[in-house]
Formats: sequence, C-alpha cells, structure tokens
Amino acid sequence: MKSKLGLDFKKVEYARTLAKKIANEVYEFVKPRSTTSIERTICRFLGIDGVNSEGVPLPNVVVNHLKEKGILENGAAYFIGNAIIETNLSPQEIAEKIANKKLDLSKLKMNSVDKIRDVLKPFVEKTIKRIKGNKLKREKMISEIGEGKQPYLYVIVATGNIYEDVVQAQAAARQGADIIAVIRSTAQSLLDYVPYGPTTEGFGGTYATQENFRIMRKALDEVSYEVGRYIRQVNYASGLCMPEIAAMGALERLDVMLNDALYGILFRDINMQRTMIDQFFSRVINGFAGIIINTGEDNYLTTADAYEEAHTVLSSQFINEQLALLAGIPEEQMGLGHAFEMNPDIENGFLYELAQAQMAREIFPKAPLKYMPPTKYMTGNIFKGLVQDAMFNVISIWTKQGIQLLGMLTEAIHTPFMSDRYLAIETAKYIFNNMRNIGDEIIFKENGIIQNRAKQVLNEAIELLETIANDGLFKSLERGVFANIKRSFKGGKGLDGVFTKGKYYFNPFEEKMLEGGVQQ
Amino acid sequence: MSGYNLEKKNIDKTLNLKAIKPYGDTINDGKVQVSFTLPVPYCDEAIEAAKILMKKMGLDNPHIVFSKELTKGFTFFIGYGDCIHTVNFENIHVPKVHVEKMTMEEIDSLIKEKIGRKITIVGATIGTDAHTVGLDAILNMKGFAGHYGLERYEMFEVYNMGSQVPIEDFVKKAIEVNADALLVSQTVTQKNIHIKHLTELVELLEAEGIRENVILIVGGPRITHELAKELGYDAGFGPNTFAEDVGAFIVQELLRRNSR
Repeated sequence: MKSKLGLDFKKVEYARTLAKKIANEVYEFVKPRSTTSIERTICRFLGIDGVNSEGVPLPNVVVNHLKEKGILENGAAYFIGNAIIETNLSPQEIAEKIANKKLDLSKLKMNSVDKIRDVLKPFVEKTIKRIKGNKLKREKMISEIGEGKQPYLYVIVATGNIYEDVVQAQAAARQGADIIAVIRSTAQSLLDYVPYGPTTEGFGGTYATQENFRIMRKALDEVSYEVGRYIRQVNYASGLCMPEIAAMGALERLDVMLNDALYGILFRDINMQRTMIDQFFSRVINGFAGIIINTGEDNYLTTADAYEEAHTVLSSQFINEQLALLAGIPEEQMGLGHAFEMNPDIENGFLYELAQAQMAREIFPKAPLKYMPPTKYMTGNIFKGLVQDAMFNVISIWTKQGIQLLGMLTEAIHTPFMSDRYLAIETAKYIFNNMRNIGDEIIFKENGIIQNRAKQVLNEAIELLETIANDGLFKSLERGVFANIKRSFKGGKGLDGVFTKGKYYFNPFEEKMLEGGVQQ
Repeated sequence: MSGYNLEKKNIDKTLNLKAIKPYGDTINDGKVQVSFTLPVPYCDEAIEAAKILMKKMGLDNPHIVFSKELTKGFTFFIGYGDCIHTVNFENIHVPKVHVEKMTMEEIDSLIKEKIGRKITIVGATIGTDAHTVGLDAILNMKGFAGHYGLERYEMFEVYNMGSQVPIEDFVKKAIEVNADALLVSQTVTQKNIHIKHLTELVELLEAEGIRENVILIVGGPRITHELAKELGYDAGFGPNTFAEDVGAFIVQELLRRNSR
C-alpha cells in the first residue's frame, strides 16, 4: 500500500523492532511468575464457580487456602489435580469442601506431575471445547445473518441494572448499533475478586459477572436474529482480575474486551508487575476465544494534551501490538485505541486529528482500531457537542476506523438517554453513508499540514520508543512517559498477589491455548 | 414543519425584569424547545399525549415538530411551546463563593507575605468515583486550558491522591500532612451517590475533630456553592472553575480565619 501520508515504512519497521524488544523484555519478566488472579482463573476453567456462605467466590476460597498453607507457588492446577486423584471428587466438590473446612490440600499425599496432568485432561478439554464452540458459534452466526459494516457502531448501556440494560441494548441494536458495551460498575477494577450473580443496583454500571454476561448475551442473540446483524457484546477485563474476567468472557461468548494493563497501571494505580503478568494470560484467553481486545491509549489524552502527546499514543500502540502478538492475538483482533480529543480551539485541529487517524490506519492496517469520541472538551452545550461528534465521525469514515465509540451529545452531563443514543446512531449512519468512500477519493498534499504532522508524530514516537527500549517499560512507567502519570515498580494495588512459579507449576490452559508456543 | 410563523404577536414586547420569560425572537414570546421520550408506541394518541404533557409543563400552543419511535413502545418528541410562567429577576439571590480574582503570581506572593509558609492541600476523588479530570484540572502541574494547576504554584504543597480514594484514607492523609485545605472532586452523580460520599466525609472529619481546622472544598460538574454549603462545606465550585479561583479562595479564606 502506498502511504497517503508519505510515511517512511522503514521507520515504521524500526519502531516495531524497538517495540518488540520492549515487549520481549516484559515477557521475560512475566514468564517465571504467576498471580492469585491467574490461579483463580484456572479454578474457574476447571469448573469451580459459586460463593461460600459469606459470599466469597469459591475460586478465591481455593486460592486463599493455597496461599494460607504456603503452597501457592506450585499453582492451583497442580493441587486440584492432585486432590481429584486423592478424593475422587470434582473440582467444584473439592472447592466446596475447602470452603467448609473439610479438606486441606496441603495434607494430601502428592502424586507425580504426569499423573496429575492426566487426571486434569478431561476438565481442560471440556473448557477448551466450550470456548472453541463459542468461537465457532460466533463465526456461524456472522456467516448466517451477517454483520454491520466497519466502522462498527459502538454504544454503551449503563443503567446499573442488567435487566434494564437489556432493554436499552436491544433498543440500540434496533436503531443500528453493532456493538453494545455494558458499562462496568466504577469500583470493580480495584476488587480482587469477581462478584457473583446478576446486578440490579449498581453504581455507574453493573458488575462484570458471569451471570450478567449470560443475560446480555442471550438478549443480544435474540435481537441479532431480529435485526439480521450479529450484535457484538463488550465488557472490561482491565483491573485486578484481568484473566478471570477474560475467562468469563470466553465462556459466555463476549466479542470484545477492554484489555490493557497500562490502563490499570496509570488510571487505577494497579501494581505494574501484577497487571502485566495478569495481562499476558488474559490476552492468551482473549486471543484463543476470538475476542477482539481494546486497548486504552485514548485515555492518555484525557489527562495529557492530545496535540502535544500524540506520539505517546502511537508508541503505546506499537508496544501493545507486540505484547498482544506474544500472547497469540492475531492483528485482526487488535482493537488498538486512540481518540479525537484535541482542543477544538486549535486552528486546523481537524487536520491534525485526520493525520493521526490516517497514520494509525496505515501503520496497523489489519487492526480494527478503536476510535474514541471527544469527551474532554464536551461542554454541556449539546448543540455544539453534536457537531464535535460529527467531525469525529467524518474522520472515522474517512480513515476507515474499525470500532467507532459513538459520541453522545450529552457527554459530561449524564449517562445516555435512549434518545441520546438514537441521535448518535442516526447522525453517524448519515455521515458514514454519505461519505462512505471519501478516503478512496482524496489524497493529501505532499508535505502539507497533514503529511508533515504524521511524519512528526512518527518521529517523536520513535524517539520515545528508543528511550523506553533502553530503560525498559517498567522503568519508563516510573518516569511517567504515558499520560504524564508516574507509577512505582512496587507501588499500587495487587503486588501481594504476585509469586514466582515453583518447581511443579503448570498452567494447562495456557499451554493448550498457546499450542504453537510464544513467538518471541 | 410549516416554517414561518406569520400570526400576529399580540404580546407586550417591553422587557419587565420583574416578570421575565424565555426569548425566541421577540421579548415575552416565551418560546421554549423541549425534547423527551414517552414510553408509548408512535401513534396520533402519542403526539396528543406529548402536547398535553407540554401544556402541563406550562407551555402554551404546544407544537410537536418531530416524533420517532426509537424502539418498540418508546417514542421521542421534539416540541416547541410558549411558556406561560414568568420569573421576577430582581428578587433573586444566589449564594456565591466570595473570592477576589487573582493570578498565580499574586496568590504566591500574597501567601509569602501574609502567611509566610507553604499551604498544604490534599485532593482526591473520594468513594467509588473513578474520574479525575476535574481534580487534575485544578491540581496537576499542567492544569487545564492554559491555567496552571496548584502543583505549579510555589506556595502550595499539593498531595493529589487520585481517584477512588476511601474516605478514611483521605482523612488519614489530611491528618498526617496537617492539611490546610481539602479538595474533593465528585463527577459520578448517578442516584445521588455524590451526596452520600460528601456527607460521609464531613461526618468523619467532625468525628476526628478536625473539621474546623481545614478549609473544605468540593468541586464537580453538578456541584454548586449552595449545595456545598448545605452539605457543610466551605465552598463548592462548578464547571468553568480554574486553579486560580480555588487557590485564591483558599488563601483569602485562610487570611479571614487568621484575622478572627
């Protein structure tokens, strides 16, 4: 493809090698380690679900038990598999016994790793089969009933009651939305467990629970057949339970998941070691399940200036791409994030936004780029807001973005009314249809404002990547390279959940999902 | 819709501040635009219902210019009407934060001159709220829209605790650093969760016996000074507030207290 921006693709390749070096170094750190959340994910995949009498999820009960007994380092799979041999019970029954204090995994006679692996096989295969089945079902539904054209129209529902969310989500699909995100309760990213059961009274959203996922999936499947388009479901994995939520998404056929450790580090103050380790397995799961990941670079621009810090978004996209490749995520599932967040008072701001979006498109040609609407400079003037959103939509169709988070004219006022969503979809469809092929028709002036801006951002991104490659990602985060936020290596939440894998440690699901191994 | 309104306007067109009305293009025409959704399917009766509702809102000559069934059983309307109500503009008193406008340099030099030490501020978004845009606009070095945040000021010592800070931790920090002023930001206001958070903070500060020792300030898109006062805060700042407004208030309030 010839670059419309006159980008030098040798430079792009160079940027990729820098990002690959950064990602490999992170992986070297991740490889010998695991976390409590990863072990709870293994419990879930082995079929452990439900809560104890005090409402603590059983995966937490089991992992806390292993931790208390000082045997967590060899992992949940090892001890549960051993318990199956010794007790002849299912993983769920074992978990229930632990919850009732009738079983102590540290007291059982230990069997050989080979024997343990053997006994786990049917449980592992059952889950793998279910996830593969979900992937096939998605593909089958899309080929049978079809799907919307890209950019997919993405809207949120956020009533705090999953049953009300269902009404809103189906309404949005009927109006033309292709992707429905169920907004997650604001505090969940900091919970070190996944709540259980349906949410009917959440603040700022519902919890990501397996039951909520199931309820929404059923409703979206219904409406998919009704409107004749496959409607995709989104939820959020980022936070202290990245792999667990990714696992629930894989089991319940979610289609898109927010999956970004950097987001957790910067905006939720989650410990960087913890969440980078968590992220790897959660991306392995998302990749295997055919789930598109969304990364959170757009958020950098809500705290840092979108014009001055544009290169940090590009650098982070390069790094996120390499981290995703290591976890086996194909490019087609990489919803790298960016946003239309420049100050509307900037002269020619539209041209800079256009340059940025076109650049992301050319550098990541297969990725379903996630493009976020203006939020920072939405003022409450809904009439102007509608125009800001229209400008954003024009850029999206022009530069062929993949996933279009629709802007709401009432952004910064309230969570969307049904009518706000209607107006957003109606106006976006108008623009997308009316300007469908504008990007194929218009080329940019050589060395004009747009071309030069893209070249400048790429150069700045390379400079930044060189520094990060030199210092390492962790050190760079300590220095505050992204979003002007500094985080320390040992600070933040969740570090106590990190441990070094013991001699007998194995994660049968990761092995199965990454059968070809990690391509470093 | 038909377009131009050619009917004669038989209204008194003189402006009377004791009885003001909305203005479309003529004084006292009372023109108001509204939009809303009714939970009924689209039909003639639905339009009639929308008009009746507008009349009940005090909008005469209701006119529905657009209606559309958004999803089964929900119809959206855009309408215009003439407001029958008036407001006595001369009779209104709004509680405001009393603060003299100052620049960053003026604030810094006033603190140096009159207080002679740095003023310590602790800021956070408390409770479940995860939004820091407002807090960062006031506190971050960089500030917002060309107005530097309080971290940039020479004479403020700022502790920005970020988002989702438990109220207990916030108060603990305030005591630990012997804060002069506390800045609380609240963005998420669904189901009035912000009121709960804000009330809990005041209660805890009182329980710890330090409420009177600090200048307590709240900010956010839904915050007014009146609301803040009601909740027991010293000041409330809404949209269009910049760091220097908050900074000036803190130093002026501190001087007021010192002179008492």
